[in-house]
Amino acid sequence: MNRRNFLKTTAVAVSLSAVSPLVNVRQAKADENKFKEAINKITGRKQPKPSSDVKLVVPEIAENGAVVPVRVIVNLPVEQVKAVHVFAKDNPNPYIFSVYFSPQNGQAYISTRIKLAKTTEVHALAELNDGTFLQAFKKVKVTIGGCG
Amino acid sequence: MPRKAMIKLKPRRYKKGDIISVLTVIIHPMETGMRKDKKTGKVIPAHYITDVEVYYGDDRITYMKTTSGLSANPFIEFKLKVDKTAPLKVVWKDNKGDITEKVVQIKV
Repeated sequence: MNRRNFLKTTAVAVSLSAVSPLVNVRQAKADENKFKEAINKITGRKQPKPSSDVKLVVPEIAENGAVVPVRVIVNLPVEQVKAVHVFAKDNPNPYIFSVYFSPQNGQAYISTRIKLAKTTEVHALAELNDGTFLQAFKKVKVTIGGCG
Repeated sequence: MPRKAMIKLKPRRYKKGDIISVLTVIIHPMETGMRKDKKTGKVIPAHYITDVEVYYGDDRITYMKTTSGLSANPFIEFKLKVDKTAPLKVVWKDNKGDITEKVVQIKV
């Protein structure tokens, strides 16, 4: 490698590394907006309240992002609970599922498996019949992403 | 084309008024539409379940709206209060219009 080539490649490498954090920040912001939009679509811009009545059970570390077990239990009479919505903050598509209960269920309980693209927060929103939203979230570390 | 699906009740023995778990699984690829075929480089079109409905007798007791964020071969567990002898029917619908139904009899 001669001097000219060396200079060229280092210049390119330096400029790339200088630019990439900017790109990352912009990307993160876009993801955040997407996530907020997804939540607003469900809540109608109501502010969800953090609550210990919503129990979200997820593993702390998920080895395989394609299959992450998620369990949501709402510790309130099922007559009061209309629905449960689940979101993953950093997924390309943050909204994952909603489930609508009826008194025949006996308990507001849902257990399923979801995909996570990378280490992210999983949010569970419980929608009550009086229109309020309760929220719980937990961070899941993902070793291998499951979205492609 | 109906797909392979399964419903399991837990516990298997129950009496009137019990709250039991219903475990369901359907064989489905749940493609997000973002994955590429490694051989051809073409994007695999999205193919996922959009609705899951549960009927107990004539009433729709649970309704689930899903996206491709659910894992392949989605497993769903929910609770059911058994208080009458009636069929329990689960219906899965996907974004290509496929409908799969599965029925189990609840006897109390």
